[in-house]
This record gives sequence, C-alpha cells and structure tokens, in this order.
Amino acid sequence: MSTTSRRAVRLLTVSAAGVLAAAALALGAGTALADDPSADPSASGSADPGASASASPGDGDAAPTEAGTNFRTATVLRQGQEATADASAGDYLYWAFAADTGQHVTVRATVTFPETAARHGASTWQLDVYDGLRRRQPCRFGAQTRTAAADATSVELVCKLRTIRSWAEPWSNDPLRGSYFLRLTVLDLPSTDLGQPVHAAVKATSDGTAGRQAVDGSVAPVVSAYTPHTAPADGWAGTWWSPRWLWTAGGGLLAALAALGGHRLARGPIRTPGRPRPGEPPREPAQYANRGMD
Amino acid sequence: MIIRKLLAAGVGSGLLAVLACGLLPASAVADDPSAPPADSAKATPKVELVLDVSGSMRAKDIDGQTRMSAAKQAFDDVLDSVPENVELGIRTLGADYPGNDRKTGCKDTRQLYPVGPLDRDEAKTAVATLAPTGWTPIGPALLKAADDLKGGDGTRRLVLITDGEDTCAPLNPCDVARDIAAKGIHLVIDTLGLVADSSTRNQLSCIAEATGGTYTAVQHRQQLTSKVKQLVGRSTDAVVAPVATQGAATCTDAPQLKTGVYTDRELFSENRWYRVDVPSGQELRASVSVSADRAVNANYGVLLRGVTTHGREIVRDDEDGTGRTDVVSAGIRYPKPHKDSDTPPETVCLQVGNSFSAGPSVKTTPGLPVELSIDLVDSPDQPSDVAFFGLGSGWWLLGTLAVSGAVLGLLAGWVSRWRLSTGRTVR
Repeated sequence: MSTTSRRAVRLLTVSAAGVLAAAALALGAGTALADDPSADPSASGSADPGASASASPGDGDAAPTEAGTNFRTATVLRQGQEATADASAGDYLYWAFAADTGQHVTVRATVTFPETAARHGASTWQLDVYDGLRRRQPCRFGAQTRTAAADATSVELVCKLRTIRSWAEPWSNDPLRGSYFLRLTVLDLPSTDLGQPVHAAVKATSDGTAGRQAVDGSVAPVVSAYTPHTAPADGWAGTWWSPRWLWTAGGGLLAALAALGGHRLARGPIRTPGRPRPGEPPREPAQYANRGMD
Repeated sequence: MIIRKLLAAGVGSGLLAVLACGLLPASAVADDPSAPPADSAKATPKVELVLDVSGSMRAKDIDGQTRMSAAKQAFDDVLDSVPENVELGIRTLGADYPGNDRKTGCKDTRQLYPVGPLDRDEAKTAVATLAPTGWTPIGPALLKAADDLKGGDGTRRLVLITDGEDTCAPLNPCDVARDIAAKGIHLVIDTLGLVADSSTRNQLSCIAEATGGTYTAVQHRQQLTSKVKQLVGRSTDAVVAPVATQGAATCTDAPQLKTGVYTDRELFSENRWYRVDVPSGQELRASVSVSADRAVNANYGVLLRGVTTHGREIVRDDEDGTGRTDVVSAGIRYPKPHKDSDTPPETVCLQVGNSFSAGPSVKTTPGLPVELSIDLVDSPDQPSDVAFFGLGSGWWLLGTLAVSGAVLGLLAGWVSRWRLSTGRTVR
C-alpha cells in the first residue's frame, strides 16, 4: 500500500469516527430529551409566567376530593394528581384537566365499593373522555367499560387517548391541546343498588413531548371560557421544540463531515511545502531561490 | 492536526447552530395561553333543605334511631358547617296536619326557616320542634320551595330528604321537578331517600334526573350528614350562569348569540337554529349538550352543524350513544382566516338537532334541556409548528444528508485534484 493511500485511509477513519461520534452525541441527546417526560419544553422560556400563576382554581398541592356533576362544574385536576370523590351509584362524576401537545394521555379510574353497602348484582361502569369542545374521545387502548361482579370490592377503568396534536382540520375529531373532561358513571346496575355509596379515584398521566408527532400548524388551546379553567402548571408548551431540531442539525453536521472526507479522499493529500516526503530529497522552494537572486 | 481542528470547529458550529435555531424562534412562536375566564359573578348561592316530617319518619331504622332524630342530628351538624356566604332555608312537608283528609294533608308544607342569612341557633331551635306528623306532599313542597329560592343570580339548590313516595297523586313530583327546571331558574334538586323501597327510589331518582341532581340512598346517620354537607358545599362552586334563549326553526329567524353559555329546550327530534357572527381572524368554538332528563329510548344522538346563511354546510359534528346517560354532546370549530380589517364578520348559522325518542308514556313537553356554549378565540394566523420550519427526523434524513455531502465533497476533491495536476492551484 502506498503512503498516499494509507494516509487517505487514516484520514477517512478519523473523520468517520468523528462523524459517528457527533451523530451519536446529537441523537443521544435527542432521544434523551424526547423520552424524558420531565423534560418540559416550555421550561426554556416560551411559557408565560402569568399563565402558571393563575393556573387553575383548584390550585395548590392538595388533590381534589370532590367531583363535579356536569361540564360546567367539573373539578379541575392536575396531571399526576389522584382526585377522589365520595358519590352515590348513579351519579355522573366530572373532572377536567389540561393536556398539551405531544402528550400520550392515560386516564385511570378506580371505583371502590364500601363493605357496608350490600350490593345485589353486577354493575357496569364506564369512563368517558371528552375534549374541550365536549366531543367524546375514543380510547386507543384500555378497558373504559367494565363490569364488576356483585362481590367485587373495586373496578378499575383505563383509557389511553390518542396523541394530543397542536393542529387538526376543523372537520376532524382529533384531540387538540386544551381541556379534557372525564366522566365516570355506572352504565347498568340492579335498580336496588341505585344511590348506594361508592368511592371513586381518578388519575391522568402522560408522557411524550411536543413536536414528536409534529403537524403543520397550531391551534389556540381548546379551553372554553365557560368551563373550569385548566392549564398546565408551567403554561402551555410553545410548539417550536422538537427532537427534529437535533435530527436536522445532526444530519447537517454529518453531511459537512462527509463532504470534508469525500473532498480529502478525492483530491489526495496536500503536499505541504515545508515538510519533505520521506525518501524524496529536500527541495528548495522556487520563490526563495528567486528572492535570493534579487 | 488540521483535521482535528476542523472536526472540533465543525462540532462546535453544529452545536451553535442547534442552539441558535432552538432558542431564536422560542419567543417568536410561543403561543399565548388561553385567556382566563371572566370572573363569575359573586352572587349569593341559595340552598333550601326540604325535610319530610310525615308520620312514617317515626320508624326506628337508622342506626337504631328514628328517622326523624337521625335527620335532626344531621341537620344540627349541617347547620354548623354551612359556608358563610350561603343563604340557607328549611321547608317541611307533612309537619302540621295529623288528620286523614287528603286534601288538607296535601297542602301541608311550611317554610320553617326562611332562605336568607343564617342564624344557626334560631334554625336549630326551629328544627328541634319538629315531630313526625302527616302526609308526604312532595310535589306541592317542591313548587313552594322553588318560589322560596326565587331572586338573585347565584346557584340554587334544593335538597329533598324524605322516607317515602309522594302520597298526593295525581300531581307527579317528577313532572313538577321537570317543570321547575324548565322555568330556566337553574334549580338543581338533590334527593336523599331514607328508605330503599323501589317506588320511592324510582320517584326520587326521577326527580333528581329531571333537574341534573343526584339521588342517594341513606342507611346511616353519618352518611346523611356528610351527604347533605357535600350537597350544600356544592352550591358554592363558581359556575357561569347560562342565559336562556330560544332557537328558531330556520336560520333567518334565529336569535343572534354572542359568546357565552345559553340554555334552551328542544323537543324530541327537533332542530333549532341560532346565529353567531364570526369576525375574521377568530375561531368559532361551539359545544352543545342535550340532557336526557327523563326515561328515553336506548339509542339517541345529537347533531351540531355550522352552516352559512346561504345554506352551505361549513362544519358538523354528531355524537350517538346508547344506554344510560346524562348528556350527549357535540362540538365544532370554525377558524375564519385573517382578512383585511374592514371585512365584515361572517354570520354562521348553528343547527342543533337531536334524535332522542321515548316510549308513549313519557311526556314530551317541556323539551329536553339544551346547553349551548359559544366561544370566539383568536386563531393563530401563522402555523408555528416545527414541521413548518422544514425540519426533518429519522435515519433516512441523516443518510441522505451524509451521502449528498459525501458526493459534493468527492466532486470538490476531484476538481481541486484536476487543478493541482494542471498546475492551476489555488495557492
């Protein structure tokens, strides 16, 4: 192998390693950011501090212990909080929470039957999720309707929503960022059990960040002024952040390095004037010789 | 070496680019949080407790006590914990007439303590005097109680505590409750049954259903106390009071609505029209909920359409359902693009329809309660999502960029080699 080609190979290896390292850096950061639910995109200054200050009437760390009875009186719940309520079988219990762009929301509800109340048969319970426009949202997974046997002590319902989007066609029913309402009720029960005490607990959690499933546009958060005011604790996320920034920047870097490598490979090594090649007699540069003549 | 320096410089500038790209648009495209709602009026909530003092309240089946003494103790606890700003009144039914004349017995309802600022001791003394006596005129008591709660614009709640069904037919208390609800005074009736026989249960749950209230079967005194406290506490919930309106059969006659919450009544399978002006650059958001306040057939639906004044449909949403429900709701959005400032607002006709039905024995009037919520918000005039910036993601993007970079680099390299070999060096 000639010296030239060996140098070229070494160069290529160095640059390739560099490119890979850079790409790994960029991508590693990207995935880390994307997968960490605590990495709040709005934390970097896009959130209006006023928004978090006046977040919701049910503010404070205490989880709500009551539930509303319709959309207008729904109790505000923060994501991650477990709201509880004592109610009667047959009541319609409403809660409201805020969900932001890119979140995969999971809603869980547990209905517990106190031992003191004798039940006469199986009862069917259902958890419904409505968006800020009161459109019923389907669940991707999860048992949102379940039947509890007469001797069951509790029944658990789960609903995993579709990914919250920042924009959708006005004609579509896609979930947009904004308020979400939970409605928990019994669908079917023996009439003798109507009005018996039950205990309900609900919790909404989410993962995912804005921009993961980016779409071309944004809609003001769908929060009606006439229902309880909901907003994320840190305000609504700006829609600018996305792991796409990292992918694109990493790609640009990779392209630049590949271009450099390709250029170097195609042109061959530069013959530096000051450094003679091994096995070649040192040459005096022509300019110096000329200058000496002057 | 040069390469290492170049690499370092490349990585550095790449990071810089990421930072610059990431940070610069942040302030530019951050979305405004939605405007906080208008403060609901600080109106005084009114609550009236309606207590059955009929002869059957003597029965000893609540934790070994008579129903009456359990109710009295519960009232004592509740009166102690009534929130400060709540105006509370107490009405009795069947407290005074012990005789057998049905006509007189069915008029036996009396306001024990008027709805107003609460004097706890006075109210407790009044409750202590009660002794189980007469009939159970629930219907007349509800009518009178609705009158007691008239006036003011706070929330109104009526808590009915009884141990038996109405003994004053043919006035069906359930129909009475529905008529009261249809008056548009937003009165919610919660019912508590002290005994769980099926006819009482049916009647009380029917009353609650007709007004959007709740029904509870009470078996223990503690349960009675905590439930009444909970219900009285609910009256202090800050809610926006809806405005009554009446939709028309066609868009041309329809009432003009602004943003707000409206209530109306709609018969089975009826369509009603409303009009809303949508200025350019704003988004119309309308939601409608139709309540099933009586026994309806198992399959039902609600339709909400936005239509131009010329009858062209802009947007629609419908929701069907089956089984037990309180409301069926639908919602639409209609963003109106930004135009010149002198563009007049567009009038959008809203059609609200329902496909509820019921058996022949169910009364169809008054119609089903309709709640229409209308918001107008600024719609973002520019898409500000990252995809819009032309960013991409994924391994294919990376590969494509790398390959195209390499091809360009190779070409540039060959060019410089050719220049070197022909002596036309850049140096």
